[in-house]
Amino acid sequence: MAALSDALLVVAMLGYLAAMICYAAVYAFGDRGVVARVAERESDRELVGAGGPPVIEFVGEPAVPVATPPARTVWFGRVAAAVLVLAAVAQISSLISRGVAGHRLPWGNMYEYVLAATSVAAVAWIVVMVRRPALRHLGLYVALTQVVLLGVAGLILYVPVGPLVPALDSYWLAIHVTAVAISSGVFLIAFVPAGLFLIKSGYDKGRNAFPFSLGERLPAADVLERLSFRLHAFAFPIWTFGALIAGPIWAESAWGRYWGWDPKEVWAFISWIVYAGYLHARATPSVKKTTATLIAVLGFLTMLMNLFGVNIFFTGLHSYGGL
Amino acid sequence: MTATDTRPAAPAAPPPRKPGWSNALVTVGRSAWRQLTSMRTALVLLFLLAVASIPGSILPQTNVGIEKVQGFYRAHPTLAPWLAKVDGFNVFGSPWFAAIYLLLFTSLIGCVIPRLRDHYRAIRSVPPNVPARLDRLPQHTTVDDHDGDLAAIAATLRKRRWRVVVRDETVSAEKGYLKETGNLVFHVSLMAVLVAVALGSWYGWHGNRILVTGPDSGFCNSLQQYDESKLGPRVDEGRLPPFCVTLDQFEATFQSSGQPKQFKATVTVEGDGPTHTADFSVNDPLRLGGASVYLLGHGYAPILRYTDRFGKTQTKEGPFLSIDGMQTGSGAISFPDANVDPVTGKRDSSLQMGFDGIYLPTAPAQAPYLRSEFPAENNPGLLLTAYRGNLGLDAGIPSSVYRLDQGQIDAGRLKQVGEGKLLKPGETWTLDDGSSVQFVGTKKYVTLSVRHDPGQGIALIAAVCALVGLMGSLFGKRRRIFFRLASPSPTSSSRLLEAGGLPRTDYPGFAEEFASTVAAVREKT
Repeated sequence: MAALSDALLVVAMLGYLAAMICYAAVYAFGDRGVVARVAERESDRELVGAGGPPVIEFVGEPAVPVATPPARTVWFGRVAAAVLVLAAVAQISSLISRGVAGHRLPWGNMYEYVLAATSVAAVAWIVVMVRRPALRHLGLYVALTQVVLLGVAGLILYVPVGPLVPALDSYWLAIHVTAVAISSGVFLIAFVPAGLFLIKSGYDKGRNAFPFSLGERLPAADVLERLSFRLHAFAFPIWTFGALIAGPIWAESAWGRYWGWDPKEVWAFISWIVYAGYLHARATPSVKKTTATLIAVLGFLTMLMNLFGVNIFFTGLHSYGGL
Repeated sequence: MTATDTRPAAPAAPPPRKPGWSNALVTVGRSAWRQLTSMRTALVLLFLLAVASIPGSILPQTNVGIEKVQGFYRAHPTLAPWLAKVDGFNVFGSPWFAAIYLLLFTSLIGCVIPRLRDHYRAIRSVPPNVPARLDRLPQHTTVDDHDGDLAAIAATLRKRRWRVVVRDETVSAEKGYLKETGNLVFHVSLMAVLVAVALGSWYGWHGNRILVTGPDSGFCNSLQQYDESKLGPRVDEGRLPPFCVTLDQFEATFQSSGQPKQFKATVTVEGDGPTHTADFSVNDPLRLGGASVYLLGHGYAPILRYTDRFGKTQTKEGPFLSIDGMQTGSGAISFPDANVDPVTGKRDSSLQMGFDGIYLPTAPAQAPYLRSEFPAENNPGLLLTAYRGNLGLDAGIPSSVYRLDQGQIDAGRLKQVGEGKLLKPGETWTLDDGSSVQFVGTKKYVTLSVRHDPGQGIALIAAVCALVGLMGSLFGKRRRIFFRLASPSPTSSSRLLEAGGLPRTDYPGFAEEFASTVAAVREKT
């Protein structure tokens, strides 16, 4: 089972790589107008309420594109989506078979944690793909992120399957780590449209140096911004529960105090504050959407710092990483 | 604060008054307060709090591990005192960190109180009048052939949990008050968390100690019996709950890799109800009335029997601190009362004995005997070094019981006797002066933390309330819907019904909800 899990990880990585190449082909060979035009038409109507503040109303999915894209592009896009889903299935199977091999929940060390969080991200992305077909081609960036993270997990963080240390042998592992992994996975997927929104809005302002040149083929800025907000709003309460409620309850029974400013706790607190700042900034009309989204991107950087930086540079009570 | 721009609007400018410094003071105060309670300031303070936390994870913190702070002092002797001056090793207890969160919470209070008042009014008030031009609202539609029964419309809306008022020929309805309610619950709960933390630090206490197995090494809950302890400023030392704990047994099992598998400590508790025994472990603390006992670590305490040059025998045990995952233990055992001349009864302070050493629960087959190969006692060995001389214990300076005084060794007042020697359990080592030391065996010990925090229950309840409020504020949507009957036409009994909808917060699905609500109203006719 352990060997199967490792093999499936390789399959997942190759799958994401293949999906990335297919999406890149869509970008390269697809006519550049299709996406942009769809996005334009899809962009929101802005209305002014009677005497009220401007009210933005989102008009659902776009209709069929005006110009039918070349068959080749459609074909590449479908293959890409299918390969991405297959890669996600391999990734989740890898996680499950690892759990079967260890007779326990498969998120007991850093390698397994990254595998679990990226699996959640994969599921979150598939949900977005199903509900927002117009955004499907953003799979390029999702696949890229997956390849990078799975590569780091497989090459640097890998540890063989083993039983849990007594400190982790608690049902709170199922609650705390699961909630944190789910929210991290969704934050990861929320980060993709957040970053792309910044690129797109830079492009809309006339900046065309890399990476803003990518904006040419991105959906409308508000679509990206709204998707990013909804994903963040979904993940934030789960993060609050996982990191700031379930975590402290477990910490109390394991270490005797519910909060002790362990480096991992400090960075969980920082991430929470930054994401809370994002939600506030976005709700404040006087703060620009780009500024608010920049805060969300910063929030994801603090998440990365917590996952990699804290495990590598600091020693604390959360040192189960196996590094 | 996740709602739209609902910060209190600036009050209207006060009527011009005679200039005077007291008026100026009021003006300055008022504008400072307005500044502090603005969203922009709150955001800046929020970020300051995040940035201010970073040094707390980079620099070693006294409350997390004092040894690391001491290590930092040794590594950076010039930098460390400067950092200590700005509370670099106590970031989360420092005045500047407190200043940020207290300002943030003041800003929060300044924001929440007017909003509580406004929301209380909003909840008690009825939905507003129907606007003159419904066709200017984001959602607008008309229904032909309506029977004009406004009460039926109101009933349909009420069933869908709208708050409804019927005025003349119009119906106004509003829904989604939960958003602002949740928002306020969230922010008030955050303040409650802060209060709970403060309660915990005022009325809480903790003590840490090592507890060796055996009936002679039990401890009672008083400050003198802890290796390290801290009382909140409002805790009376004499009123700590009186209980005594003796460690009967400690079991640890390991994987073949040496990774721990399971721990179990069995203790006898006196003074907390009837005397009873209890088991506890990592993740499963011992809950006593007024305190909890947590298992933090474990190790071995070698027992030495020293027979001095006058033939007098003393037996002592000393917990050796584990220095790695394989339970290699490092420690020292002192015999300050050794070699007392039985004739004169005089202590010769230059003939005191001290042993320091490394304990290896599973010693390697070959030298060097530096690291244990497994955490269980499969092949125990004690690598001992003997010292004779002045242990430096009489100076009254507190010193570590896990180390001999290095100062005395460096000054030549404490001299090493012979070479180090590896002893198996039961083996005896005869020193140059005819005295001998026997490695009798080991006892197990556990490191315990005994704690009481009266704020933690409140903090948990407040945090759960905050989460519930947060979900209300993130997923609640305030919206209004209006209906107006057109004036009756002389030719027909049915009438034209005009409907309009206004989402007051960001709500992508409002168009669908509006359509389905209007459809429900239409079906009723």
